[in-house]
Amino acid sequence: MRRLTLFVVVLLIAQTGLYAQRGRGAGPAPARTPQAAAPIDLTGYWVSVVTEDWRYRMVTPSKGDYQGVPMTPAAVAIADAWDPAKEQASGDACKSYGAPAILRVPGRLHITWQDEQTLKMDSDAGQQTRTFHFGDWKAPEGPHTIQGHSVAVWEGGGRGATDGSMKVTTTNLKAGYLRKNGVPYSDGTSLTEYFELITEPSGSPLLVVTIVTTDPMYLRQAFVITSQFKKEPNDAKWKPTSCSATW
Amino acid sequence: MKWLAPSLACALILSSSAPARAEIDLSGSWASINHEDAMERGAGPNPDDWAGLPFNESGRAKALSFSQSTISMPERICWFQTQWHIAAGPFSLRMWAVPDPITGKVQAWVVGSWETRAPMTIWMDGRPRPSKNAPHDQTGFTTGVWNGNELIATTTHLKTGYIRRNGAPSSDQATITTHFRRHGDMLTVVMFMDDPVYLTEPYILSRSYNLSTNPVAIGGPPCIVGDEGVESGRVPHYLPGQNPFTDEMKKRYGIPVEAAMGGAETMYPEYREKIKSSFVLPAKCAQNCGRPAGQ
Repeated sequence: MRRLTLFVVVLLIAQTGLYAQRGRGAGPAPARTPQAAAPIDLTGYWVSVVTEDWRYRMVTPSKGDYQGVPMTPAAVAIADAWDPAKEQASGDACKSYGAPAILRVPGRLHITWQDEQTLKMDSDAGQQTRTFHFGDWKAPEGPHTIQGHSVAVWEGGGRGATDGSMKVTTTNLKAGYLRKNGVPYSDGTSLTEYFELITEPSGSPLLVVTIVTTDPMYLRQAFVITSQFKKEPNDAKWKPTSCSATW
Repeated sequence: MKWLAPSLACALILSSSAPARAEIDLSGSWASINHEDAMERGAGPNPDDWAGLPFNESGRAKALSFSQSTISMPERICWFQTQWHIAAGPFSLRMWAVPDPITGKVQAWVVGSWETRAPMTIWMDGRPRPSKNAPHDQTGFTTGVWNGNELIATTTHLKTGYIRRNGAPSSDQATITTHFRRHGDMLTVVMFMDDPVYLTEPYILSRSYNLSTNPVAIGGPPCIVGDEGVESGRVPHYLPGQNPFTDEMKKRYGIPVEAAMGGAETMYPEYREKIKSSFVLPAKCAQNCGRPAGQ
């Protein structure tokens, strides 16, 4: 009976140790950096899979084609005046490559850790860079920018390679276009995004991003879309291109 | 025998450890957010618009033979909607868990029916999949597993159906994999259609829903067969080379015919370069433009 008691005690201690390693019920432990604490690995090269909204993404949508976007009358008036040639000439070609739209632009993403607190996402289409700041990062003062200020947190995780997500909140955006045909968002826009991984039936990872755009000026309700990306082994197909207002 | 007690103790302690499977509550009414593919999911897609579909030659040929009047045939009125209609249609979802009456554990999750889409019952109790020769229907057979906070459902045993409501077909060999992920009051559903008969790679769609306090109605099936005027013995179709809508996307949106015919390459960015010189931007959207009412 003493052997049995000893056996059970040892097993309980071992179990407690396992919990501690999982971060459950453990005492204070050294804080891990966001990079070390990442429940999912978003780094690498990713390519857009364009199976949704094809005619708004793979080609330039027609003037006045607004299917699916809950636009306000003010937004319609702006979009009706869209003049791509004029924008291309005036240097405003990147208006449809801002944070609310860049993940809808067909292209490739390269996601890396800039440092232990900051995840960086580059796009080859339009050559844009977004930075996702973890921790108590404070946004610098200054004008609104095309990619704005993004604060990131990890949610969930701990139960496998695809469990958990990165929630990103973006503000301080410069006004731009949700779609290339002039569907506008204002500089009062904010974004909430969820980056997560799903395993395809083939076993390959798929990056899925749910994008919630809120704009009290040009949207009657939050505009919600999701974009998918397949992982690529390297940069072989990475092809930086400039912004274009016409294509 | 002397190891029986330690073994039992071991089993007891291990079974009390942290759950290997996480579960979150997916129950409730989920209002569909139809901002993506709004027209395709609502009024329906343009005829012969298969851009972004990973068709093989068989899939394209069958789609080109499709006449919209096909689904007016009494034999095919109820043919159209498999579980893929969750992604291809505009409807909201109502989900609930079915407890095992003895253990109280979740035996199944159910995605309630709508119109002619049957309910998707996602069996969570580990029951075996039926023989591949078992009857196939629009409902199919679905099992589920938890992967962290994600519910993954796998559906087989489907009858032939469609993957886009303009005749793009799915076969009875298709497998649908559905991922349910919840972020607070938002639900993201990602669906994969893997069909070795008509597709060269899985077709992926993702949809979003908001948790709603307004109950989502559930209704149907059964689908009611009626007479929509197709005379007995006639099967509406187009013979090869006679489909009159192949240039519909070119006429409406300037999209080259080859792009509208689909194929896996139309899903990826580099395809844009291939059609750049043949794309013609229309002066203005003339039809199905989604302009807000009254503007």
